[in-house]
Parts: sequence; structure tokens; C-alpha cells
Amino acid sequence: MHQVVFDPTKVMDIDFTKRTEYLEGLDAIKAAHKVLKEIPFTPSRPDKGYNNRTLYVNVGTLEVQEKPVTQQMKDVFIGGRGFGLWHLWNAVKPTTRWDDPENEIIISPGPVAGITQYAGTGKSLVVSLSPQTDIPIDSNVGGYFGPLLKFSGFDALELQGKSDRDIILFIDGQKGLIRIEEAPLDPIDSHVLAEVLTHMYAENEADRVNISVVCTGAAAEHSLIGMLNFSWYDHRRGCIRLKQAGRGGIGTVFRNKRIRALVCRGPQVKGDLNHVADFETIAKTGVKYHKEIRENDPHQCMMRRNGTAHIVEIMDAYDLLPTHNFQYGSHPDVPKISSSYWQQRCTQKTVDGCWYGCSMACAKGADGVMLKTGPYKGHMVTVDGPEYENAAGLGSNCGVFDPDYLLELNFYCDTYGICTITYGTLTAFVMECYQRGILNQERTGGLEMIWGNAEADLEMMHQMARGEGFGIIAGQGVKKMKAIFIKNGWGDPQLINDIGMENKGLEYSQYMCKESLAQQGGYALTNKGPQHDEAWLIFMDMVNKQIPTFEDKAEALYYFPLFRTWFGLNGFCKLPWNDVVPSDNSKQPEAHKIPEHVQNYVDLFTATTGIKIDKDELIMQSARVYNFQRIFNIRMGKGLRKDDHAPFRALGPVTTEEYLSRQERYDKQIVDEMGLDPATMSLEEKMAAHRTWRQGRYEKLTDAVYQRRGWTPNGVPTLARLKELGLDAFPEVVEVVKQHL
Amino acid sequence: MRQLRINLNKCDAGRKTCHHECEASCAEKVFKLSDPAMAALHIREMADGSGQAVLCDQCGDCIVVCPAEALKRNKLGVVMIDKKLCVGCYMCIGFCDKEIFERNPAWLEPYKCTSCGICVKACPHAALEIVEVPEPPTRII
Repeated sequence: MHQVVFDPTKVMDIDFTKRTEYLEGLDAIKAAHKVLKEIPFTPSRPDKGYNNRTLYVNVGTLEVQEKPVTQQMKDVFIGGRGFGLWHLWNAVKPTTRWDDPENEIIISPGPVAGITQYAGTGKSLVVSLSPQTDIPIDSNVGGYFGPLLKFSGFDALELQGKSDRDIILFIDGQKGLIRIEEAPLDPIDSHVLAEVLTHMYAENEADRVNISVVCTGAAAEHSLIGMLNFSWYDHRRGCIRLKQAGRGGIGTVFRNKRIRALVCRGPQVKGDLNHVADFETIAKTGVKYHKEIRENDPHQCMMRRNGTAHIVEIMDAYDLLPTHNFQYGSHPDVPKISSSYWQQRCTQKTVDGCWYGCSMACAKGADGVMLKTGPYKGHMVTVDGPEYENAAGLGSNCGVFDPDYLLELNFYCDTYGICTITYGTLTAFVMECYQRGILNQERTGGLEMIWGNAEADLEMMHQMARGEGFGIIAGQGVKKMKAIFIKNGWGDPQLINDIGMENKGLEYSQYMCKESLAQQGGYALTNKGPQHDEAWLIFMDMVNKQIPTFEDKAEALYYFPLFRTWFGLNGFCKLPWNDVVPSDNSKQPEAHKIPEHVQNYVDLFTATTGIKIDKDELIMQSARVYNFQRIFNIRMGKGLRKDDHAPFRALGPVTTEEYLSRQERYDKQIVDEMGLDPATMSLEEKMAAHRTWRQGRYEKLTDAVYQRRGWTPNGVPTLARLKELGLDAFPEVVEVVKQHL
Repeated sequence: MRQLRINLNKCDAGRKTCHHECEASCAEKVFKLSDPAMAALHIREMADGSGQAVLCDQCGDCIVVCPAEALKRNKLGVVMIDKKLCVGCYMCIGFCDKEIFERNPAWLEPYKCTSCGICVKACPHAALEIVEVPEPPTRII
């Protein structure tokens, strides 16, 4: 494997200012808006990262309320995901489900969010009860909404209730107005709606950058996998860009509440709006980091050129790129969708950060994409990314290696408001079921879901958006599809359960973890289900080989979920932490933690809030929220060991084809790890031996990780751990735990 | 485009006979700062006795980097910072490989040489000049 070299002469010459516009009906759409409620508020700016108030809106009763942020909230929950979980805890009962009016969607940026001097500081954290998992889901998303909300005067937005008509919530942080409007004629799909609303609510062209829209799309209404798009106005391109709060179906909750969109109009952004305690430290840390990106990124990950897609070929080279529903880890056609292609296809002559000051600038965009299918056939659009997860999930995992189709799939997922990761994994499952005869054309209503059939894939997505046919079944997600297929007697239940890549009801994200015990735990020993937000350990385990022993892996599953949780408490993106590293990083102790960057984060928090912390307190801050979330899961009837099991496809080879494709590796493991002689064993015996060994070591890992986390063997945080974290100050939290000890 | 250029053979480069008139005049007359170290150009003496100049050649790399479109060429081709648009992210500072951007802790926005020529008049050695050169092509950085 060699470093991809960027050649500017190979970048496709595409006019990045040209695309189809959707403003023709704007006046009629605006005229149809009817104000249901309008109340004034006093805009404020944060003091040391906090406004010390949040905004509550009940979209059913139209109640609007300002709530104080207590010192306890700041001490224990910090902000962002922590504030979201705390608000949600107070809003719901153990019996509450995703579509009950008391379920909430909470958006909170965190205290550091909105500074402009360091990369990756514009994130919003979105929390809700998930339609897929019935437990809290949290999603970390870029775009300008969170920072603009905060600079308007609120540390979080709580949305509760259910409307009986489509509404838009408009928060005007310039004029101090909160308005709930009925929106009967507004378009639904995000690339249209965000454009229309940005132009509708901006007072002039210069004001467009001060507008951010949160919305979803047609498929969120007919599936459980809806996501939320967070917009910003890309002035150079002259268009709306979107970032996604993807996982867990929050867009479905949004549409169930009949919220069409949230619009925030913030003040013009300046670098001092967060009124931090120590600006000089933030400025110096930011400049140091920008220089590191300038000097090291071209020789390391090339995030500025390729975005996260830079790892497509690395994952392929290490047999970790999910292919054909996580059966295999590589494919000969991968060069067609690797970063050397995307860096030619994505526009390189512009700035691609999803918040000001992000020098990592990974939010790539492919301009001039002419759509071939669906309601926007013939339209020219800009497609964000594709990010690695999309190239892998919509691409290799479904056998789609045509980059044009991959962009189209990516585009429609975004505008229809569904999670690309979830859609990729569930489609890969559908395709494997089709290939194995569990599904057929009769059962799919005519969709020929064979590997690589992008047209059928797109048609299934269009069905999901129209609420028709097999698209409705697919939109229920892998867990519910498994139950349907088994109930209908369409295939061997064990096979269906083994190959359906979900845990807790959430689909796996796009890494092959059969050979990475650490990532197996990183996926299934999680709070919200298998994603790479909590513990993306595959790279350090399989590529950098920095956590070789069992103890290293168990320790990594203690430290990294906590470390990475911290980003979500403060409004940070995770990528600037380890997608570039200081030149001397490998010489540092605990190089896999990127110690210099950890210190940057300690400094940024202290300089923002004035509260002095060190790297240990950083972990403690996360541990309070992480354990609180675990207990929240238990309160909702999950969060125990039984919920942390992984489907066997995540642990090892399910089918004979998988075994035979890597027979040398698997046979060697029979000798080295099990002390058996594969020459004397049948294929079935060898596969059975692998199943026993692999499930055994996963259980052993679970024991070790629970113990390190201060949990019982059933996965329940102990009272001693609660006391250590100060969570014993919450009697209702202690009460949940006591019932399981 | 207008570009400030230095002839290091003429420049005294900070040795005894030089009082850094260029830096002092820049700081005082352009930015109203009393400290010459805050000037938008710097003349340094290297260990080997040779001179080194840190000054903006208006290459325009920073224009592409700025997320707020606050850096643009004016009609003379000089790269100017629009303080109203600048969000103080300092990417221009970090991405300038000549390290010519300055930051005054009292101001949010950074600043840089604007090829105004005040230093040219101030230099007693006539080492500085304003020249007209073609704009370089845009680089992707």
C-alpha cells in the first residue's frame, strides 16, 4: 500500500456554482405559512461557553418555556449529549416509546462548541428515544445550527409533544423572536426544503450564512431509520450543504411530531461570541493545530483532499472493508470507489469545513452530479461526501462499485432523510437474503436485489420515500426484518439471525470486525448500539497494532468510549483528534491516545469554561454521563448483558463460503488458538470450533470490560461506581440500579 | 499585482547601523502600534550574519483557505482582510507557509502586509521596493 499523491491536474473540471434551483415556488410557500404562536425572548451571548438557559418547546400544546441550566447540570452533564440525556430522563417514563408525545428531541451544542479557532468545534448533539432501539440514541452532527442556537441565547433546545399539522419552529436570535408556523405547502426533501427556508428566513444575501435549517425527508415518514439534516449556507458554491444526525431514527421521531423544520437565524458569527475565559490559550492552540494540519495532513490522511474516504483502500488492504454484507473484507473493484477517485471527483478549489475554522475540512462535496432516477431525475445537484461510511455501506457492502450510482444513493439517502450507514447495512442484509433465497422477486415485489444492482437498490429507496412496497419492510431496519422473515418461514432462523448485522436494534456501521476482538466489543458493548462513535478501535487494533494483548483491548474498551463521549459533551468533532497526528506522536508514551491532542482538549475546555481540568478529570466527566446513559438504558428495559450480544457475522465466519475464502487464516487459528489439527477435521467441525472459540473469547472480553468499567457481570454499574462518579446524588438513578443488583 | 520586495544585499538586516525603520514605520503608521515587533514585516539577522525577511508576497494561498471569504484581492491585486467578514479562526495564520500573518491579542482579526509602501520610504538603505508582478495561479492547499 502506498500513499496516494494528490495531483491537482487530475481533478475533474466541474463548475461548482451550477446546480438545479428550487426557489420558484418560494413566495407561495411563504404565503401559506400561518403563525400559530410568536413570543419574544431576550437574545444573549454565552458567558464562558454557557448561556445558562435552555429552550423548551411543546409542538403539540405550543407551550414555549425558558429553563435555567443549574450548576448541577453543568457539573455532572457538562452539555451536549449530557444535557440531552438529562432532559430526556426527566421527560420520559420507563414505558415511554419513541412515538409517545412525551418523547423528546433535544439538540445541544456543548460549552466549547462555536469557538472558531480550533478544528471541529461546531457540533450539535441530538438525543431522543430511538424508534429502532427503544433506548436513548445520541447523534453528533455538524452544520451551523447548534452554534447559532447557542449564540442566540440557548444551551439546548428541547422539543416535546406532537403537532396535528406540519409546523416550522423559527428561532430568530437577531430579533429575539420564537415563532411556530404552520407550513402546509413546504417541500419535504431536505435539499429542496433547506434551500427554500434559508432564502425565506434570510433578510438578504449576506444573512444566509446566519441561517441553519434542521429537516429530514420523505423516507423518514415511512421508515424507522429517519435522520436529521443540519444545514449551512456554502457561500462560495451558492448552495445549501447538509450534515447528518444519522443514527437511530431521530428523523422518524421528528416527522412523527410533524415538525417540518427548525430554522435558527443567529447573529453574524465572530470568533469571540463564546466569551471564553482565556482567549489567548484557545488562539494559540488553534494556530498550532492549523499548522499541524498544513504540514502533516498531505503526508498522513489527506483529509483536506479526500475526507474520510481516505481509508477505503486501507480497509480493503487489511481485509477490513465490509463486502457483501460483511462476509468479506476486500474486493478487486475497490479502486473504482477509493480515495484516488474521490479526490478527482470532489471539488478541491473551495473550502469544505462544516463549521468555521475547521482546517481539517473533510466535508467534501461532489458537484455537478446529474441524477438518473427518482423524483429529481435530470436535476443537477451537489452531493456531500461521499464519506467512508457511505462508500463502504452503500458501495462495497452491497457490491455497488459504480461511483456515479454510489453518489446517487448517497444523495437520495440525504435528501430523503435516512441514515446512509443504516441503509447500507440493511440493504446488504436484504441482498444477502435475496442471494440465499430467503427473499425472491415475489417477496420483494419485483426488486431483483442481487449484489451490485444499484437500480433495484435505488428503487427500494424510492419506495421507502413513497411509502410503498418492499421499501416499507426494508425501512423497518434489520432487527424487524429478521423477525418478519423468520415469522414468514422464509429461511433458517439461525442463519437469518447470524447474518443480520444489528445489535440492540441498530445496524452495524461499516467495519469488518471478525478479526478485531477490540472492535467486536467496540460495536456491541456500547450504550446506543453498534456505531463507531464510541469505540472506533479497528484502526489501532488491526492497522497500527497498538493494542495487541487481551488486556490492552479490554483497557481500550474502558478508555476510548469515555474519551470519545467527551467530544459529544462539548460540541467537538472526533476526527481532528486522530485523523492527523503530531510528527513525533509515535515516540510519545501511549501514542494511540495522541497525548498532545488530549492536552489540546484539556486546554480548550479549561480556557473556555475557566474550570481547570486535567486528562483524568476529562475521563471522569465522560464517565458520569456514560454510566448515566447505561442506567437510562436499564431504566428503559435494556442495557444488560443480554443486550450486548453480537450477531455471529460480527464475530466470525457464518457460512462455508466465508470460511473457505480465508481458509488459511482460519485453519491457522485452529492450530494456534485452539490447539487442534484442522487436517483431521471436517469443514463443519472447523466452523463449529471457530464458533465456540470466538463466542468464548467475546464473552471473556465482556467479563473483563464490565469489570474494568465498574459494572457487575450482568452489565449493571455498581453502587460503588455510582458513588465514585457522584451519581449517588440522584436517588432515582440509584433506584434503577438497585433493582438489578 | 503590487508586491513588496526586498533586496537583502542592500538591507542591513538588523545589524548595528539599522534601526528597523521599516518595521517601526509599519507598526506606527499603518497599525498605530508602538511596538515594532507588531509590524506586518520582519527583518531578522541570521546566525551566519545574513539577513532574512518575513514579508507577504501576496501569493493568495490564504484566500482559498479562509472559510468566511474575508480575504480577497483588491483592484491592485493585494490580498486584503475584510474585518467585517473575518470570524477570527486564524486558519490564514496556520496555513501561511511564510508565516506572515500577525495577531495582536487586543484584536480579534489578524493582519498582514498590504503592500502599502510606507516601509519602502522609511528604509534608509533603499532595500525595499514595491513592484508590479503577475498574480500567481491559485494553489490548492
